[in-house]
Amino acid sequence: MGMTITEKILASASGRERVSPGENIWVSADILMTHDVCGPGTIGVFKREFGEKAKVWDSEGVVIIPDHYIFTADEKCHRNVDALRTFVKEQKLPYFYDPGTSSYSGVCHVTLPEKGHCRPGEVLFGTDSHTCTHGALGEFATGIGNTDAGFVMGTGKLLIKVPPTIKFIIDGKLPKGVTAKDIILRIIGDIGVDGATYCAMEFAGTTIEGLSVEERMTICNMAIEAGGKNGIIAPDEKTIEYVKSKTSKPFKCFHSDPDAQYLTVRRYKAEEFVPVVALPFSPDNVKSARESSQVKIDRSYIGSCTGGKITDFIFAAELLKGRKVTVDTFLVPSTVEVEQAMKEIKVDGKTLVEIFAEAGCLDPAPPSCAACLGGPVDTFGRCNNGEVCVSTTNRNFPGRMGSKDSQTILASPYTAAASAITGHITDPREFLK
Amino acid sequence: MADNIIRGKVFITGDNIDTDQIIPAQYLNLVPTIKEEYKKLGSYALCGLPDEYSTRYIAEGKTRTEYPIIIGGSNFGCGSSREHAPISLGAAGCKAVIAKSFARIFFRNCIATGEVYPVETPEDLNKMLKTGDEVEINFNARTVKVMSSGKVYNTNDLGAVKEVIDAGGIFSFARNSGMIK
Repeated sequence: MGMTITEKILASASGRERVSPGENIWVSADILMTHDVCGPGTIGVFKREFGEKAKVWDSEGVVIIPDHYIFTADEKCHRNVDALRTFVKEQKLPYFYDPGTSSYSGVCHVTLPEKGHCRPGEVLFGTDSHTCTHGALGEFATGIGNTDAGFVMGTGKLLIKVPPTIKFIIDGKLPKGVTAKDIILRIIGDIGVDGATYCAMEFAGTTIEGLSVEERMTICNMAIEAGGKNGIIAPDEKTIEYVKSKTSKPFKCFHSDPDAQYLTVRRYKAEEFVPVVALPFSPDNVKSARESSQVKIDRSYIGSCTGGKITDFIFAAELLKGRKVTVDTFLVPSTVEVEQAMKEIKVDGKTLVEIFAEAGCLDPAPPSCAACLGGPVDTFGRCNNGEVCVSTTNRNFPGRMGSKDSQTILASPYTAAASAITGHITDPREFLK
Repeated sequence: MADNIIRGKVFITGDNIDTDQIIPAQYLNLVPTIKEEYKKLGSYALCGLPDEYSTRYIAEGKTRTEYPIIIGGSNFGCGSSREHAPISLGAAGCKAVIAKSFARIFFRNCIATGEVYPVETPEDLNKMLKTGDEVEINFNARTVKVMSSGKVYNTNDLGAVKEVIDAGGIFSFARNSGMIK
């Protein structure tokens, strides 16, 4: 009997010939990522359990990316980044993307692949639920808590249960105006926010093969919104080219066997997808953008690990070029690299920043997680009152972007941009003729 | 835990109680391994629940709860991997969360930290009980008993993870098995 790509990676990382869903196994980690919100607590657990003078299992394996609460006056947030600085110095960690220095990058899940820390076939643990993003590069990546992360930090290992896999096969050509975000929102709408609890979500088919690596990341990013343990896409030429452009470290590509066992297989035709939104207050409250056109919005937000990559801003610019927004439109590039690219990449002869400025968007904020998860009250773009915000982010539970009175509507960058123009939820195909 | 029993008043919540409702992100500047901040996290437990919850988990002016048992529906603890979530509940005085199902990372974090026991039941107990009812969870008998009516509900088997809980979390489990010193 064959194995899935997830099972093959976990077998390899546990030194076994094969593993089966439900088995509890010790796996070796290649990378442990942590950030400013969970890093200090993880370090606290590590020191409590292994001693003040303990050394991390592999200094090259620990990647520290402050990104959540960077541009705030909150003193505890600054203290937390200082705690990371002290630890990095003490442990001589080479991979630290320090705010306020030239090494600062921004959102961890976009930084990890950009800086070459994501490689096919590896195991990546991160103290953030959206760590599942990195399965887009053909690796096993999942989010863990501080205590587990403290354990990994000291041992390089973690006890995990092998997940069964649900396979999503999507074939065909996506219609104009439909993006990876629409695919994953539709799937979450179909299976529900606990439809893949404890499961691996494997995405395959010609549509997935046709997506860029960044768009694949958008899909895997939201596996957790269906309860998934990891999202994963088999590596192909695009993956290999992308990874080789970021790192010279060797890696191994795994693929699911034709006779691999799946919990279920769901098939979709790309032509059937339409621009969708997830209305408050759950990512599975999915409706087509067209049938939601009566929903008025107060602001539009383009940013985060799932919706603030350069491809996301290119989508938004295609739509906003030569048009004006009628609501406050917040732009938060995920990383410094994305921020720079927005000044260089052109659509019809104009840079993205020029297009956004002419459309009347607020000036882009410096890269960070910003208001995706609310954050301290002085966070850029945070919903502090009863705002209704259409957003390219990934969650819309009550209070997600700040105040409990606010409402978040999840959408693709196209839909967020189209809605910014009209002031209500708008199918982007009305503009993308 | 005396005789493998937890007894106390329940606080009823709904389906999909996510980590932002358990501990809103603005309080994630608090570090759980710092003692005073651990306590502070407890005082904010479940403060992200919408205002429709007329009874608050932590009464105004208090830092700890009078409800040691929380009952949710499906997918309790979905959302973020923040360990602040089970920790804030534990720090508030919660001993166990009963739910039809748990989100994976929250469940795992409960076990890894030992802060609260995650108890799954085949039935939606949040639809059968009301806030303030008293119940008794018996881990040996794998039951939840409603004190006023005497009605008994079964809980699901914890499976292989019970070994980790019984050991007292992942560090003790690994030490017992010789994985680490």
